[in-house]
Amino acid sequence: MSLMNITKKEIKELLTPSTFVPIIVIAILFASMGNIMGGMMEEGEEEPVVGVINEDNGKYSDMAMFVLEEDADIVYNGSEMQEGIDEVTKSGGSAVLRIPGNFSYNIDNNITGTIEVVWIMRGVGIMDSISSSVVERVIQNINTHISHDLIEEKTGLDPLHLQNPTVKEEVIMFKGEEMAGVDPSTLGGMLSSQSVMLPIVTMMLIMMAGGAIISSMGMEKEDKTLETLLTLPIKRGSIVTGKLIGAATVGLLMALIFMLGYGYYMQSMQTADLNLADYGLGLGIFDYVLVGISLFLALIAGLALSLLLGTFAKNYKSAQTLLFPVTALAIIPMFVFMFTDVGNLPPLFRSLMYAIPFSHPIIAMRSLMFGDYPIVIWGILYSAIFSMVIIGIVVWVFNSDRLITGKIGKKDGILEKLSR
Amino acid sequence: MIEVENLIKKYGDFTAVNRISFDVGEGEIFGLIGPNGAGKTITLRVISTLLKITGGKVKIAGNDLEKEAEEIRKIISYLPEDAGAYKNLTGKEYLEFMAEFFDGGKGTSEIVRKGVEIADLGERIDDKVDTYSKGMKRRLLVGRALMIDPKLAILDEPTSGLDVINAREVRQLIKEYAAGGTTILLSSHNMLEVDFLCDRISLIDDGVIVESGRPKQLKEKHDAENIEEVFTKVVR
Repeated sequence: MSLMNITKKEIKELLTPSTFVPIIVIAILFASMGNIMGGMMEEGEEEPVVGVINEDNGKYSDMAMFVLEEDADIVYNGSEMQEGIDEVTKSGGSAVLRIPGNFSYNIDNNITGTIEVVWIMRGVGIMDSISSSVVERVIQNINTHISHDLIEEKTGLDPLHLQNPTVKEEVIMFKGEEMAGVDPSTLGGMLSSQSVMLPIVTMMLIMMAGGAIISSMGMEKEDKTLETLLTLPIKRGSIVTGKLIGAATVGLLMALIFMLGYGYYMQSMQTADLNLADYGLGLGIFDYVLVGISLFLALIAGLALSLLLGTFAKNYKSAQTLLFPVTALAIIPMFVFMFTDVGNLPPLFRSLMYAIPFSHPIIAMRSLMFGDYPIVIWGILYSAIFSMVIIGIVVWVFNSDRLITGKIGKKDGILEKLSR
Repeated sequence: MIEVENLIKKYGDFTAVNRISFDVGEGEIFGLIGPNGAGKTITLRVISTLLKITGGKVKIAGNDLEKEAEEIRKIISYLPEDAGAYKNLTGKEYLEFMAEFFDGGKGTSEIVRKGVEIADLGERIDDKVDTYSKGMKRRLLVGRALMIDPKLAILDEPTSGLDVINAREVRQLIKEYAAGGTTILLSSHNMLEVDFLCDRISLIDDGVIVESGRPKQLKEKHDAENIEEVFTKVVR
């Protein structure tokens, strides 16, 4: 009952607009960026809006017109350049293409045919350059069509065979697994998009929940409520547990809001459509349970560490400063594992990564793809022991004079300076 | 109710409280007075189970402070000098939160009703603590400390931050609670308050009790008109 009471109070104290507004704004920003990126991708797949001035009546200009009618939205088909520019500008298009009168004649006589392009540029942003690349793709198609026709006519050979006389059949050997029918860049892209997500989820979770619990301690000190709390008929262990549960709830909620925005952003960036399970890299329900346990223990370890640092805080502001070591410990594995696997690190760095409890959910996710269960189980055991030891120290601090007197001794000089 | 025998509290080499002894009977109002840094607050914090003792013996209602701190917390209520309340809760929510630790499964409504009555904040009891003045916060905290009918109320500067009228009301309230059987241990800088409230007092200086007795006795003994004069004569 008392535990529930203290948990409820923690949640009420932490669930304030000042806590949630910044994270909601960040989530909305990510979602908006995702929306813009998604729009850009869609635009890249749409037919470009163009104008055409065809001054040639030959075979190859007919071929070019056929491709343009298939692949582009022609809003002007006439003979006046200025008219064409005006019409394309009005329609939001990006180019007017002019096929000169000697286009087919030149090609027939082994002279390169020219397609003149007048670009209508509206800005210098990423969005503005997309439409030009789509027109470039259409021009490339015209080139390919005419090239095929010339090869067939002049040699009588199959142009596709002539242009692609070899074909590759590829197999990837990855950590002892054999994967056929996929190239390394597609597989790498898919795995790295997965590799980016979990480190960011872990980091955000630790930072949000850690920030919540350390703020709670800072507020207890600043508002001078701690002394009263410690004289209430409730075990000190229950106070610690209530604070951990309250901050975990608020932290989870904040991380969820962030991930909704970030997930939408990532989804819009996803290009490869590859089912990892087809290559034996998918995760089963049991695997997800193990990743969940690992993530939960990392969260508890982060909260316990933050609460321990929070006991040194003198006020809300100093509590935020004291969060720095936890933030650093959450960011380091995120960056390291975005670029490489734990197995590829030099022994000293590998040991350091294993020592940080926040590394283990990321290691677990990757190891489970290859059925490497022992490392995941060891990681879970390590994180559990780490959390228990830190919680034990926190309860000891709560039972000692240090929380009230603020006397933290010579050994804790750095923390004492930080907490000022 | 309180038995303190040769209490010592040290921080490293510094002795904050040095072998002090006193006892307080049930329903008695006992005052600890002394200059800043004399050891009053540390003594109150020790008796409130907040600080560990370095030496000596303290018993509250027969419970040993070192071994039965959790039992002691069930019967005491501590009001620190510069205490605050959770600013994101309303005054009533704060009282409800505190009451739940003491309801013994009977429900909190009666305890909270009493707290609201003592705090006497009118409709402002439903406003966030963050919007309260210093005096309003103190009234809320006095309400919190007394609403549970503690066997022992430990009050550090109970009228600190209150205006004359509110301070007078709180003093009256303390008297009423003591008459109802609650033991009061308080510290104060206000000598008039001590004179008015306390059945017995101890003067503490440099962590040592230098004088104890009933206010009237002490005034006679030191040929002083008031406790302030006694205090000055003894400390010099």
